[in-house]
Parts: sequence; C-alpha cells; structure tokens
Amino acid sequence: MRTETKHTAAVYALALSALLLLATACRQDMHDQAKYEPLEASSFYANGMASRPLIANTVPRGFLREDTVLFTGLDAAGSPAAIYPQASLAERIPGAGEMSEKELWGLLLKRGETRYGMFCTPCHDPVGTGRGMIVQRGFKSPPSLHEERLRESPPGYFVNVMTEGFGQMSSYAPLVSPEDRWAIAAYIQALQLSQHVRLAELPAELVHSFGEAQNEAPADAAEHGSEGHGEEVSHGADQSGEI
Amino acid sequence: MAQIFSRGANAFARSSLVIGLLLPAGLFLTALKLDRSPLQTDQGVVLAQPVPFSHDHHTAVLGIHCGYCHTSVEKSAFAGLPPTETCMNCHKQIWKDSPTLEPVRASFRNNEPIQWNRVHDLPDYVYFNHSIHIAKGVGCETCHGPVNEMPLMYQAKSLQMQWCLDCHRAPEKFVRPKDEVYNMDWEWGSDVDPLEEGKKLVEAYDIRPQDTCSTCHR
Ligand code: HEC
Ligand code: HEC
Ligand code: HEC
Ligand code: HEC
Ligand code: HEC
Ligand code: HEC
Repeated sequence: MRTETKHTAAVYALALSALLLLATACRQDMHDQAKYEPLEASSFYANGMASRPLIANTVPRGFLREDTVLFTGLDAAGSPAAIYPQASLAERIPGAGEMSEKELWGLLLKRGETRYGMFCTPCHDPVGTGRGMIVQRGFKSPPSLHEERLRESPPGYFVNVMTEGFGQMSSYAPLVSPEDRWAIAAYIQALQLSQHVRLAELPAELVHSFGEAQNEAPADAAEHGSEGHGEEVSHGADQSGEI
Repeated sequence: MAQIFSRGANAFARSSLVIGLLLPAGLFLTALKLDRSPLQTDQGVVLAQPVPFSHDHHTAVLGIHCGYCHTSVEKSAFAGLPPTETCMNCHKQIWKDSPTLEPVRASFRNNEPIQWNRVHDLPDYVYFNHSIHIAKGVGCETCHGPVNEMPLMYQAKSLQMQWCLDCHRAPEKFVRPKDEVYNMDWEWGSDVDPLEEGKKLVEAYDIRPQDTCSTCHR
C-alpha cells in the first residue's frame, strides 16, 4: 500500500518533468515561428535571402513613376525643373493637403533641414562648403554649394543630382524619398540665400540687428562679409566639421 | 516486532518536510532569477560580425546620423539595416584597399548580401513597432543604450516583457522632446524636474501606451 503511493508519486514526478521538457520545446517553436522577419536569411532560396528581388519588367503597386518632375527633377524637355511640383508634394506629405501654401513651405524647409543633416552633411558639411568629416578623411572634395554656378541652378538640378548621383557622389534615391529630395533642394536654396543675401533685400529690423552683430563679431567675420560680393552678407562659413 | 525507525528518525522526517517545501521553492525562485538574468536574455553579449563595424567610430567620431543607415526607423516597424551600397557610398574611396573591408567589397562585387548576426531579437509572438516610439519621443538610446560608444554592437537592455511594461505604465519617466530622439547624449537640464517635464510631454504629444495583452501579442 505504502510502496504503491510512493510509486505513483514517482510516476507523477516523472510525467511532470517530461511535460516541462515539452514546454521548453514548445517555447522555442513559438519563439521562432514558421514566418520570415524582414531581411531574415532563408535556406530555401539559392541566394540565401528570404526577401525576393523584383521580377524584371514589373512595377510594384504605388511605384509607377509617371510624374517625372517629382521623381527625377527634370521637366518634359529633360532640363532641370525651375518650379517645385507643389501639388504632387502636398499629395505625398501626410497632412499637407489641408495646409496653406505658407505652412507647406515651412514644413518643407524644416523637413529639408533634418534630411540635409542626415544625408548630406557628412561630405557637404552643415553650411554646404564641402568640407565635411568624410572629406577630411580623404573623400573627394565636393564643390561648395555657394558657387556662382550652383547658386544659379534651379531646384530640379539638385533633385536630379540626388536622384542619379554625380561623378564620385552616389545616387541618394535609395535612401531619400522623392518628396524629401525636393525638401532638401528647398533647404539648399535657403542655405544659398543665407550666405548671399543683399542687405537691401532684408527687412529693415533685420538689417539693424545685423549691423549690431557685425559690430560685435570678430574681425575675420567682417572680412568674410566684404569678400568681393559687394554688399552681400556672408557669415557662418567656418562651421564645417561641426556636425 | 521491533521498531524499524529509531527516535532520531522523527527529526529527519520533520526536517525533510521543511526541505521538501523550501528546496522546490528555492529552485523555483532561482529559475525565475535565471530567466531574468543576462544568461537568458543575452543582455550585454557582444556578437562577432562578418565585418567589425563600429558604431562608435561611424556615429561619435565621424558624426554620421543613425538615419543615414537605418532609413526606415521613422516610418515602419522595422528599423532597417543598410544595404552594401550604403557602405560603398563612402568606402569606394575611403579605406578602399583595407583587408578588413574585403567582405563588403566582395558583397558589392558578387551582389550577395552581408550576413549580419542579429543582436536584438524579440520572440516571434511579440509585436514591436519602431515608428510609433520614434513619433512619440522615445529616444534610440532609451532602448538601445549608448550605441555611440559601442565598437561592436550589444544588447543594452533585457528586452523582457517587464521592461516594456515599466515604460508603457509610466512613459513620463522616459520620453523626451521629438527633436532629440537620435541624440545619444541628451538629458533634461539640471534646472528642471525631469518628471514634471515628462508629464508635460505626455500631455503635449498625447502619449497613451497600452498595457493590454493584445497590444504586443496580436
Ligand atoms: C559621401 C560624400 C557625399 C555625400 C554624403 C553627398 N555628396 Fe554631394 N557630392 C560629393 C562629391 C564628392 C561631389 C563632387 C562629385 C564629382 O565632381 O565627382 C558632390 C557633388 C554634389 C553637387 C554638385 C554637383 C555639381 O554640379 O557640381 C550637389 C548639388 C550635391 N553633391 C548635392 C548633395 C546632396 C543634396 C546630398 C545629400 C542628399 C549630397 N550631395 C551628399 C559627395 C557627397
Ligand atoms: C554607417 C552606417 C550606420 C550608422 C550611421 C548607424 N548604424 Fe546601426 N547598424 C549598422 C549596421 C551595418 C548594423 C549591423 C551590424 C551590427 O549589428 O553591428 C547595425 C546594427 C544596429 C543595431 C542592432 C541591430 C541588431 O542586430 O539587433 C542597432 C540597435 C543600431 N544599429 C542602432 C543604431 C543607432 C542608434 C545609430 C545612431 C547613433 C546607428 N545605429 C547608426 C549601420 C549603421
Ligand atoms: C558616410 C561615410 C561612411 C559610410 C556610409 C560607411 N563608412 Fe565605414 N568608415 C568611414 C570612414 C571615413 C572611415 C575611416 C575613419 C578614419 O579614418 O578614422 C570608416 C572606417 C570603417 C572601418 C574600419 C576600416 C579599417 O580598415 O580599419 C570599417 C570596418 C567600416 N568603416 C565599415 C563600414 C561598413 C560595414 C559600412 C556600411 C554599413 C560603412 N563602414 C559605412 C566612412 C563611412
Ligand atoms: C521602445 C524601444 C526602442 C526604441 C525607442 C528604438 N528601438 Fe530599435 N529595437 C527595439 C527592439 C525591441 C528591437 C528588436 C525588434 C525585434 O526583434 O523584432 C529593435 C531592433 C532594432 C534594429 C534591428 C532591426 C529591427 O528593426 O529589428 C535596429 C537597426 C534598431 N533597432 C535601430 C534603432 C534606432 C536607429 C532607433 C532610434 C531612431 C531605435 N532603434 C529606437 C527597441 C527600440
Ligand atoms: C521607454 C518607453 C517604452 C518602452 C521601453 C517600450 N515602449 Fe512601446 N510604446 C511607448 C510609447 C510612448 C508608445 C506610444 C503610445 C501612444 O500611442 O501614444 C508605445 C507604443 C507601442 C505600441 C503601439 C501600440 C499601438 O496601439 O499600436 C506597441 C505595439 C509597443 N509600444 C510595443 C512595445 C514592446 C513590445 C516593447 C518592449 C520590447 C515596448 N513597446 C517598449 C513607449 C515604450
Ligand atoms: C508592452 C508589450 C507587452 C504587453 C502589453 C504584454 N506583453 Fe507579454 N511579452 C512581451 C515581450 C517583449 C515578451 C518576450 C519576453 C522575453 O523574450 O523574455 C513577452 C512574453 C510573454 C509570455 C512568455 C513569457 C516567457 O517567459 O516565455 C507570456 C506568457 C506573455 N508575454 C503574456 C502576456 C499577457 C497575459 C499579457 C497581458 C496581461 C501580456 N503578455 C502583455 C511584451 C508584452
């Protein structure tokens, strides 16, 4: 009688531990289920990737690029667009549909500022003079965005350089969405303006505060300002590398 | 019939009662502790990678933004890993003969992906989404630790359910201004009360994390 209960207890204990073992096995199954996570490796396909490449001559849903101005920066004639594709941009930026034109531009510039900081400063530096950290480590030195030629380029030109790459600079289309490329172009134009604005074009109160700042500024900044640009204002060009 | 057990056996029987209860309880608690220890969670374990890619060097020293490589972190569940082309944007010129970078160049030449070893890996029964956390002002550093000081990547937090819940139940202790989510060195200034500021942000951003099971187990 006594030994019998002992036996059953032992059997129960064994069964329980067997069950526990089952539970751990179960946990692993749940842990790593029969589905693929993004970029997961796969032993099924020859190249080891679970994500399949695009089949030739097909267009994924939502990737039909009929709006060439938006996607390449070039107009129908194939030259850089001088006008922003405002309607397409408003359509693609979440919440921009209900915005006034002024708000849309504010949003675009703000967006451009952060995206420029993310993708362009490593080489072009925060002000666009082309002395970024990667250039200091030996990458080819890009031209300053404040060159005469680039200052006179339309925004579509910058979008096109980002989309297709330029010489040693790779294409940034895989990293930067089309609306962000236009936002960056807008920000570059703002940067250019910030370095080459005519005193006469500034609102009166700004001219006044600028005059005060000039008086306080160290001598070399003032020198910069008068460097061959007539009455153009130029400052901040020495911030390179400060990322 | 003579007694089989001596009197001393009583003490033995009593103590076995105590041990019989305490031992399993102790084992159970140890098992629980182990389950939450780095042994089980892989917290702090540095994995070898096919290329010794240094976040320290690329982000802190060179100042490259997290978003340059993890491009989908703001808009999707998955943060995204950079394709080889992204490395080649710079490394086609920088250190272009370095043997350390040969796997990167080989991957580019042969059009085969670099196989990185996953550092953070939640079980498949958990749903996690980066975009909502970034949009509501949770910084990378809050969940990934000082990435900008990691020569090789490791998992800084336990990633256990308790850890998720600690924040979901008291987000005001962790959130920061949206502009600072990528900033690895950000802190509230010493002149303000972090908790008060946190509460203001929770209000301003309308932050309402859930702790119902179906939020993360769907
Ligand atoms: C890895 C470094 C690097 C990064 C990052 C980079 N560029 Fe460049 N960029 C260059 C170099 C180098 C050149 C000069 C290319 C040449 O002449 O071969 C250049 C040239 C340019 C030019 C001038 C083209 C001309 O007509 O001379 C523009 C405009 C430009 N880049 C815009 C951008 C924008 C916008 C970004 C961010 C999305 C960016 N670049 C990111 C390296 C870079
Ligand atoms: C130059 C490209 C680059 C930049 C910039 C970069 N990363 Fe990474 N990151 C990678 C690569 C490549 C990996 C995969 C190899 C590894 O795990 O070290 C990775 C892995 C990670 C992982 C771990 C992924 C896993 O396996 O679980 C985290 C977390 C991460 N990065 C966060 C960040 C943060 C935060 C920043 C900004 C401070 C950042 N990264 C900047 C390229 C980059
Ligand atoms: C924006 C430019 C840039 C990108 C993108 C970039 N790197 Fe680098 N990387 C550098 C620079 C610059 C150095 C050298 C730093 C120095 O000289 O101090 C470097 C150094 C390295 C080194 C050390 C090389 C050696 O021989 O010691 C490795 C390894 C490396 N990178 C891997 C990668 C990988 C992998 C990627 C892609 C995920 C990547 N890098 C993307 C700029 C970049
Ligand atoms: C709320 C916490 C949290 C925040 C904030 C966060 N991450 Fe993550 N991250 C995680 C978790 C959890 C995983 C593991 C996801 C999985 O296994 O499915 C992860 C995984 C990753 C990975 C690997 C790829 C992937 O998506 O699984 C990268 C890269 C990464 N994070 C980068 C970043 C960057 C960059 C930021 C800041 C912009 C960031 N993370 C912010 C929690 C966070
Ligand atoms: C440091 C704080 C923090 C941590 C840690 C954290 N979360 Fe969150 N989580 C948030 C905030 C804030 C939100 C946004 C709530 C809202 O919608 O207002 C959120 C939202 C979410 C959502 C979206 C809910 C929905 O309704 O779609 C999911 C899913 C989620 N978190 C999962 C996780 C998981 C899984 C973990 C652990 C691996 C985790 N979170 C860790 C702060 C955090
Ligand atoms: C904020 C996200 C979140 C919420 C809400 C949440 N969980 Fe979890 N849960 C997790 C994560 C992350 C894990 C994985 C932990 C690990 O890997 O150790 C997990 C794991 C589990 C596990 C497996 C535990 C183990 O150690 O194997 C169970 C069971 C579970 N959760 C039940 C629940 C129940 C029941 C609820 C509702 C009361 C709930 N969870 C709510 C994130 C969450």
